[in-house]
Amino acid sequence: MNERAVESVEDFAARARSWLAQHMPRAADGVGGFKGARRDDDEELAHLEHCRQLQRLLFDGGFAGICVPRAYGGQGLTPAHQAALNSEVRGYELPDTQVPTMTPCMSVILEFGTEEQKALHVPPILKGEAFWMQFLSEPSGGSDLAGALTTAVRDGDEWVLNGSKIWTTGAWWADWALCLARTNWDVPKHRGLSVFMVQIRQPGIELHRIEMLNGSREFCQEFLTDVRIPDSLRIGPVDEGWTVVGRWMYHERTVAGGSPYVTAPAGQPAVQLDTTGGPPALLPVLQGLGRAEDTRVREQIGESLALGLVGDALTAHVAEQIRTGAATDQWAALIRLWHGVAAVRNSTIAFELAGANAVAWSDEERRLGQTGVRFLMRQASCIAGGTTEMARNAISERVLGLPRERRVDVDVPFRDVPRSSSPH
Amino acid sequence: MFTRSEDQQLFESTTSRFLEAECPLDALRDTAERPAGYDREFWRRGAELGWTSLVVPADAGGGSISEEGVKDLALVAYQFGLHAAPGPLLGSNVLAAALARWGTTEQQAGPLSELLSGRATGAWALAEVAPHDALGLVQMRATESADGFELHGVKSPVEGGLDATYVLVTARGDQGLTQFVVPNGPGGPRVAPLHSLDMTKRFARFEFDRLHVPRSSVLGHAGGADAAVGWLTDLAVTVQVAEMCGAMRWALDTTVEWALNRYSFGRPLGSYQEIKHRFADMKLWLEASYAITTQAADAVDRDLPNRSELVSAAKFYVGRYGPELVQDCVQMHGGIGVTYDHHLHLFLRRVVTNAALLGTPNQHAARLTEMFAARQVAS
Repeated sequence: MNERAVESVEDFAARARSWLAQHMPRAADGVGGFKGARRDDDEELAHLEHCRQLQRLLFDGGFAGICVPRAYGGQGLTPAHQAALNSEVRGYELPDTQVPTMTPCMSVILEFGTEEQKALHVPPILKGEAFWMQFLSEPSGGSDLAGALTTAVRDGDEWVLNGSKIWTTGAWWADWALCLARTNWDVPKHRGLSVFMVQIRQPGIELHRIEMLNGSREFCQEFLTDVRIPDSLRIGPVDEGWTVVGRWMYHERTVAGGSPYVTAPAGQPAVQLDTTGGPPALLPVLQGLGRAEDTRVREQIGESLALGLVGDALTAHVAEQIRTGAATDQWAALIRLWHGVAAVRNSTIAFELAGANAVAWSDEERRLGQTGVRFLMRQASCIAGGTTEMARNAISERVLGLPRERRVDVDVPFRDVPRSSSPH
Repeated sequence: MFTRSEDQQLFESTTSRFLEAECPLDALRDTAERPAGYDREFWRRGAELGWTSLVVPADAGGGSISEEGVKDLALVAYQFGLHAAPGPLLGSNVLAAALARWGTTEQQAGPLSELLSGRATGAWALAEVAPHDALGLVQMRATESADGFELHGVKSPVEGGLDATYVLVTARGDQGLTQFVVPNGPGGPRVAPLHSLDMTKRFARFEFDRLHVPRSSVLGHAGGADAAVGWLTDLAVTVQVAEMCGAMRWALDTTVEWALNRYSFGRPLGSYQEIKHRFADMKLWLEASYAITTQAADAVDRDLPNRSELVSAAKFYVGRYGPELVQDCVQMHGGIGVTYDHHLHLFLRRVVTNAALLGTPNQHAARLTEMFAARQVAS
């Protein structure tokens, strides 16, 4: 064994600081991290190529996969090292493709994959060669994950997949997906699921891009028809996929902060909705219009600033409670709920600040006009990534210990559970 | 829940046991009949436990549990909220902190040592009446005279103002904000009692009618108190929000227990999804309140550059959602929740009172925008 002494966090931080200064491009906006600007397809593909290069840069410099074992191409360090790196990366460009590739997808592979699977699939992720997505939600329902209808049938050393997945961000350009499928219809719903690694571009997978009300075409729906994959792409035991999903969902919740696999400026969540349209960013615009002295305007922008600070504090607080074992990982639902309701407040505040220009605007008033479109998309923050209703169920039942909802679908074979007459 | 060291846990549990024994909820209504709202001996014994020493450095006669005096004090305030306890916690600590930092040897030997032992109590006369009643507006005049100052103006409401031994008065002189420590009583300001919501707290209106005070009553430098007033405000608001966290905790714990045991239509109240989802929101408000209060206390302790931003964020958030949480707990209880006999209103009074004093949530939100705009201009 080639045991290396673990580098101290301080030494690591110093090394990261000087490496970043020498090798990493500076972000144009001076803050760095992730940007959510809309691009057309050509721009998007060029941006993805840039992200691949940035990830490769991190990999070659020894700063990719800080908490990933060295055997799979990572650095074999600790969450404290990742946190130290996160404190150093502000102001630098970073690949904004880390979610869901690094977490939850790579996290799940690391946790449930065999040695061979990890050795084969993790290094390409760290090198920026493979982007991953989640084949999870189905048209029949987004919240009831265990009710998946997509079916995998065993055929010798292969599985044959049929069904449809939906709400897959960026499936049109990604390489691989983690896919939840039903492998047994004769047992209760949670006991007949399995998880597979699926290459997105292959015979039998047809992609359809969904147009959202704001014009975005990021989301996809996939139709799987007799897709044949080898058994070596199954993650975790047959019919025990629900155990995998439990951790998968945990890792997804850490996306909002605290994931040991995401490199992002400290204090900034890995995924930010509407960073450019937040109420504080409107202050200069309102100053230009002579409206910034209005008490109501100051109160509303102040509310948004407070929500930013409180959200950061809550994320750190909950992560600390979970890390020390004072709270279970179900507490992550608090962070999910926070992000939903805080985004709704911010969107509403921005809309109100914009006044009439939120619904009718000139080219010069475009910044205010954006608040209207964002307001129309407001509820997305409470839907995508698990609804806030599901988070409230988790908090009330798993954190506060209130009685569970009565279930009609737990002790019967899944094929006997009532379903919608049409998947839509 | 706050994160605490072992020493802090021990310290906090001592205070918790003392409050449970000395001011049980059933007895709190009787305090409505007492002039000060609490018992002097109770306060003196609390001071022995350390309630008045935490934000006073050891060389000035105080001592914290953890070297994080503000956090230690926040834990005491949290226990005060959890027990709806009476006593001049905020006023005595603000005055003691001020005297320890800026007091003369005489001021420290006199008022400070009396505050530390609990023989004396303090109050802070900061707030003023409309139209200059907004947070941070100080119009009361301090005019220099041959042998001291003349104070002229009205301070109201002053928490603990009726029975306080010493009053910290924040006034404006020709050179800027100036603070004074004046004895309360004959020869002092005219004091009139106010009506108030919180049954254990007493408030007063102080009228200074060209009141002459000696030069020795100035705290620190005349005209140089702006930074001190800023820090003391942040300290006081931190005590407020920590206390509110305790009251919110009591209300939520009690109401979860109620929802588990109360049956309607053959099911526990807490089994209905509508009710459960509201509890989830309340839990979020409580944990977010803990989180931002902890950061605010830490920032005041270490005097961080973003100290006031975190404190105002805390006051905005806890001030807005604290009352909402307790009101929703009242709603969960139904009619019994708005009766005098149920304890909930003791906690509702506490959170509502704290929310309204030392800057409303909206005033703190506006202050955040002003700090943010100033930072934008600076960068």
